[in-house]
Amino acid sequence: MQTVEITPEIIQRHNLTSEEYDRIREILGREPNITELGIFSVMWSEHCSYKNSKQVLKLLPKEGSRILVKAGEENAGVVDIGDGWVIAFKIESHNHPSAVEPFQGAATGVGGILRDIFTMGARPIASMNSLRFGKLDSGDVATTKRLLSGVVAGIAHYGNCIGVPTIGGEVYFDESYEGNPLVNAFALGLARREEIVRAKAEGVGNPVFYLGAATGRDGMGGASFASRDLTEESEKDRPAVQVGDPFLEKLLLEAVLELLKSGCVVGIQDMGAAGLTCSTCETASRGSTGIEIDVAKVPQRETGMVPYEIMLSESQERMLVILKKGREAEAKRIFDKWDLHAEAIGRVTGDSLMRVKDNGVLAAEIPARSLADDAPVYAREEKEPAYLRKVRAFDPKSLGDPGDLNAVLLKLLDSPTIASKEWVYRQYDHMVRTNTVVLPGSDASVIRVKGTGKSIAISLDCNSTYCYLDPYEGGKIAVAESARNVACSGAEPLSVTNCLNFGNPYNPEIFWQLKKCVEGMRDACDAFGTPVSGGNVSLYNQSPKGAIDPTPTIGMVGLIEGREPVTSFFKEEGDVILLLGTTREELGGSEFLKTIFNVKAGLPPRLDLGEAGRLVNLLLGLSRAGILKSAHDCAEGGLAVALAESCLLGRRGEIGASVKMPKGALSSEALLFGETQSRVVLSVAEENLKKAQRMIESYPFEVIGRVGGDRLKISLSAGPGDLIDAPLRVLSHAWRNAIGRRMGV
Amino acid sequence: MMRFSVVVFPGSNCDHDCYHVLKHVLGQPTEFVWHKEREISKFDCVVLPGGFSYGDYLRTGAIARFSPVMEAVQKHAERGKLVIGICNGFQILTESGLLPGALLRNASLQFVCRFVHVRVENTDSPFTRKTSKSEVLEIPIAHGEGSYFADDDTLAELKKNDQILVRYTDRRGLLTPESNPNGSLESIAGICNKRRNVFGLMPHPERASERELGSVDGIKIFKSILEMN
Repeated sequence: MQTVEITPEIIQRHNLTSEEYDRIREILGREPNITELGIFSVMWSEHCSYKNSKQVLKLLPKEGSRILVKAGEENAGVVDIGDGWVIAFKIESHNHPSAVEPFQGAATGVGGILRDIFTMGARPIASMNSLRFGKLDSGDVATTKRLLSGVVAGIAHYGNCIGVPTIGGEVYFDESYEGNPLVNAFALGLARREEIVRAKAEGVGNPVFYLGAATGRDGMGGASFASRDLTEESEKDRPAVQVGDPFLEKLLLEAVLELLKSGCVVGIQDMGAAGLTCSTCETASRGSTGIEIDVAKVPQRETGMVPYEIMLSESQERMLVILKKGREAEAKRIFDKWDLHAEAIGRVTGDSLMRVKDNGVLAAEIPARSLADDAPVYAREEKEPAYLRKVRAFDPKSLGDPGDLNAVLLKLLDSPTIASKEWVYRQYDHMVRTNTVVLPGSDASVIRVKGTGKSIAISLDCNSTYCYLDPYEGGKIAVAESARNVACSGAEPLSVTNCLNFGNPYNPEIFWQLKKCVEGMRDACDAFGTPVSGGNVSLYNQSPKGAIDPTPTIGMVGLIEGREPVTSFFKEEGDVILLLGTTREELGGSEFLKTIFNVKAGLPPRLDLGEAGRLVNLLLGLSRAGILKSAHDCAEGGLAVALAESCLLGRRGEIGASVKMPKGALSSEALLFGETQSRVVLSVAEENLKKAQRMIESYPFEVIGRVGGDRLKISLSAGPGDLIDAPLRVLSHAWRNAIGRRMGV
Repeated sequence: MMRFSVVVFPGSNCDHDCYHVLKHVLGQPTEFVWHKEREISKFDCVVLPGGFSYGDYLRTGAIARFSPVMEAVQKHAERGKLVIGICNGFQILTESGLLPGALLRNASLQFVCRFVHVRVENTDSPFTRKTSKSEVLEIPIAHGEGSYFADDDTLAELKKNDQILVRYTDRRGLLTPESNPNGSLESIAGICNKRRNVFGLMPHPERASERELGSVDGIKIFKSILEMN
């Protein structure tokens, strides 16, 4: 054993509290050595143990008739889509590494989430991502641009090379993310039901193999790095950011899927966060077994590495594979075919211990279950944040006249959060494998499953301004908006994955935000019947300037069967435009306030879950009846922006619209730019109008206008003049070039 | 019937996409061929698919050209049989000398994935015979290094022999600077060899071969190949 004295300072450097250290001593019945201390510190970090969020995560509904593998059971949740097909999907954060080294941080985020999917036996068929940065017009613009271009290039580098299409997502700009960008990577895989494998170490005596890249000192303690605040010192953490090799991962992907088909595998797990440590103790814990490895047998690309470093390294593109004894030669043929390096490093034991040797000498010995499942669980103090009273007291009516409404619309279309994200997604290969039937840009992206008549719609959403102003309502709306987006594409919402991005949970106000957001998500998931099948928690998202806005990113997955998906853009001259839903005087938390008045305040829109659920069912009915020409959710920027987007989104050309709105008691600003929930802009062919009206009569709606021409016109049905009258080419230019012109390319 | 092989290099990504179109959309006998294979004489047409062979480390296509299968592809071409290289496949063909010129980094220095328009420049080839001259095809591109380059003599030779089969244009078929997505010399999107049996192009016709994917213009290239016999 190594003889490094464990001092209070060393314990603190490992982000362990003195109570946690006492608990470690209790578990071991002795003092830990430095290797054991390191192992505990990464396994008991928030990233691996969810010690501060577990209590809150319990609130989320996890049960459902289609759920085959539940949240927390494996590396990703698995959902039944019928006829023997299943999908495995998950979203995970790579925020801290991306803040320090955007290209590799984002690239390895993609690599990690893909490994979580294919180690379950599912072939990854789509990636998406939710990205958040500071503003491109104010603050530290140079850093924000460097982060945006680095993150996008990193995602493109990894995703394009490995050949999994990156089919969309969201990009959001707000000053709260300055210096602390969010990079949430989503992946979805497809398998036959019987192909799904578990990451279990079973069968005493079965050999444990190490597969893939050699271990280096990169990514040392990344999981604990991700579990503390970002500071000026974080630059020094650059060695904690891993370097990705997508080509190697492509070989791993093909080899692992071939290996799993061969039937010689007992269990397999990615060495992601906490590397060899996490993969060994988690597989043993799940299999109720022990595991013994010798780190001297681990392929190493640096010399002089000690057990502590080998166990904690987060070098990328590595797998732990437990084979059936006697099938080693068969597996080796597959490793050789793909030019992959594999080494037998240990075996499954029956003593429930994770035992690490270094060239035969004992280096660590810990009960596997205590690492994986017995991390402390904290009920953190919570307190309603003081800022809420102030921001909620704000009355949007106190602001003056916004000026010319055409200019306001133009400014909104030019704001990077609303503008076209083509600058981003054209850098991603979003078409490879020829399944992407709705390309990025629509409400949801849709991929087909060849030969089955099934398609899968996916939407990533979160309006973090709403969550900042009202975490409960914001959490609800994040789920509802993603469900609405999926339904707009004609899909039935099935299940949710989530990535909870928050500040430091030791701050009671932050913890309150977390809890309220999750309560909102819970109520919405219950209302839509969409259980949470998995996800990830990223806390400590704060820089010296403060915490990020609460950001519970939702990934909603939906299913379309036997029909073509619906897209967001207007199709043909003469089609009739309808607006589903009632518009209310709701400007609080809107992009309108943020962009035009630079105000982030007010009460965000209220969401009625009953209404939201009825809307989803209605959209599904219309889509099944085959009469929807287009369907587009009203979100950031309100009705005016939704109409403009429906005019501009078509790949084969833009098409105008003329709309007349009943005003009622609303202000023009609320009518055009308010973000009242549960509203959708539809278009139908004239001959189907009566049928559509009959189908939606139980829900508030208005026939508001027609598709056609080369302008967007919005006027009031009573009263003079147009509110909006703008040529599409002007709107289009602002909307298409907003990000490119700021990035200078 | 044509017998197709789709070569799989480590890092090939569009192998399944080409296979799908040839086998399931067009119903042709099609097989994957592993890059270590040396015997491909039973096939009529070899497809070198897109992707990142060997991670495109060093230089796109630079390592794949040394795969054992490439010697067999060379012989296959010498016998006058057909070879089509798409995207990374085109890069491998220029690296191995089966086609002249080279593919450089996009002028934007960014990877670009989107639908583009290409104009058919010449229909006298096994790859374009089912299209009409000046026909505009809507087909996606997806590459970081697709800027075609050749020296003056090579370019003159290409023109003299009508080897330029497709060029990037706008939707009306006009050559404009905006419609050249990667800075290719004279907007060249695809060329054939002098014997006209080897074709390389950056756009992905296999991504525009089914209505659900938004365009069926790409299938005309595969259907042209079927006209062979």
